[in-house]
Amino acid sequence: MPNSGLTGGRIRQTRLSKGLRQAALAQSVGISPSYLNLIEHNRRRIGGKLLLDISRELGVEAGLLSEGAQSSLLEALGAATFGQTNIVTEVDRTEELVGRFPGWSKLIAWQQQRIESLEQTVTGLTDRLTHDPQLAASMHEMLSVVTAIRSTAAILTDGSHLNPEWQVRFHRNLDEDSRRLAENAQALVSYLDATDEGQAAAEPSMPKEELENWLSARQFHIGELEGNDAINVDALLRKQAQLNGSVTTMSYARAYLKSYKSDAKAVSHDRLSEEMRLNGRDPLRVSQALGCDLATVLRRIATQPNQKQAAGIVRCDSSGTLTFCKPIDGFALPRFGAACPLWPLYQALARPMNPIRTVVEQSGHRQVRFLTYTIAQPVVAAAFNTEPLIEATMLILPDDTPQERAEPVGSNCRICTREACHGRREPSILTDGF
Amino acid sequence: MDKRILLIEDEPNIIEAVRFILSRDGFVVDTHSDGATALQTVQNRSPDMVILDVMLPNRSGYDILRDLRSAVQTETLPVLMLTARGQKKDREMADRYGASKFMTKPFSNSELLKAVQELTN
Repeated sequence: MPNSGLTGGRIRQTRLSKGLRQAALAQSVGISPSYLNLIEHNRRRIGGKLLLDISRELGVEAGLLSEGAQSSLLEALGAATFGQTNIVTEVDRTEELVGRFPGWSKLIAWQQQRIESLEQTVTGLTDRLTHDPQLAASMHEMLSVVTAIRSTAAILTDGSHLNPEWQVRFHRNLDEDSRRLAENAQALVSYLDATDEGQAAAEPSMPKEELENWLSARQFHIGELEGNDAINVDALLRKQAQLNGSVTTMSYARAYLKSYKSDAKAVSHDRLSEEMRLNGRDPLRVSQALGCDLATVLRRIATQPNQKQAAGIVRCDSSGTLTFCKPIDGFALPRFGAACPLWPLYQALARPMNPIRTVVEQSGHRQVRFLTYTIAQPVVAAAFNTEPLIEATMLILPDDTPQERAEPVGSNCRICTREACHGRREPSILTDGF
Repeated sequence: MDKRILLIEDEPNIIEAVRFILSRDGFVVDTHSDGATALQTVQNRSPDMVILDVMLPNRSGYDILRDLRSAVQTETLPVLMLTARGQKKDREMADRYGASKFMTKPFSNSELLKAVQELTN
């Protein structure tokens, strides 16, 4: 009974720290000294009224003596010593520490939790620097310019004689570098904010981006996979020199193109256009008229050639990871990390097979409204005793219903300025800095 | 005899500032900016010390350092690594590859001068 034992030991330590005799405490709570002795030496369980009486006599909260609080404190103190090799800690006396100095113990436990939290933050930031080559290169460039400015300024101000020719040269360098620094700083802010413009900010750095850039160059329409003359996906990929990327890029591309071909086979763009002419732009009505699922129609609308009206689309898997994005001007898509949890895309994940129509307005400079149609549905055929694998698809269209209330959403917490958001996971670097 | 320093760095205004600081203190400073040909330049010029930036065009400073340490001619050559990244793992990497000293950007001129004086004495 280790937990009960912990409580008994703690009662003893607290009593001794207050200079109370065992017999006096026992008498005050109406038990015999020998029984209290058994409790203190972990030979009898304690709880309920007796624990409350003893805690009152000792002037401490019962929770501090009880096993739950004590266990969690002991656990936290144990975590503080984990992996610690530089400092020898009296691990075998942890229980005594908690019993005699509950305040200090809580402080150590709180600091341990704080350290863990800060380590997670640092790891996240480091990951971003490591995995975002654009950001890493930008930071490197800025540090290089700052280094040049610092050295040059120090030369000019260190009090030693400098001939006029060198003075002119260093002043010119300072001027050049300060301009570069300003340009770099602006470029960095633009980069961080670039998704706010709905455009790719930089050269692709990830397989998904490589695919999306390749598709963007084709306006997301793959004529080779349309109609009766549709060619094999692998044959198409072999011809694409621009997409000659990593194994992962090709894997993304193959999966996307197979899905595209399947959609094209289900609904031709001609039929889609005709049904939209007859039924309007409501994708649900169009899907019912076409006799196919809503997600297919959403994807086909987003890939229609020669679109009169822009259309963006995002897809995510069951984990919420964005698996595909086609941008639309004004709707910021996160380049790294998770998207805004307030997107209808994630509401749909929680309500599979329930179509959602929502007007949204994204935080940012322009406050543009969008009409979104979203559905989450299984991506593989049903099988006995197997949970369905769900994918959510959100079509994003310019909003032409100004009378409707728009739901406020963001892009990614890191670059979202919307304050007091109940969906916020982390502070914004734009309002709270790094 | 004046000590010869080879500065391998691709940022022109850092080159100019460092060249000035070290020259003023009596060092002879050569410069080189391309990672791909840096190793050959070190071997050709036989400097007393190298100041080596980590992020160079065409080849990383760490790769150059590793090759310097594996060649008999340069295995004990003092090398001061300069980098914009000062994380523990970067220092560890510099140590592992055999850097004589590691300095993060931005550095102070006096700090740089002191390091060069120590490594060339």
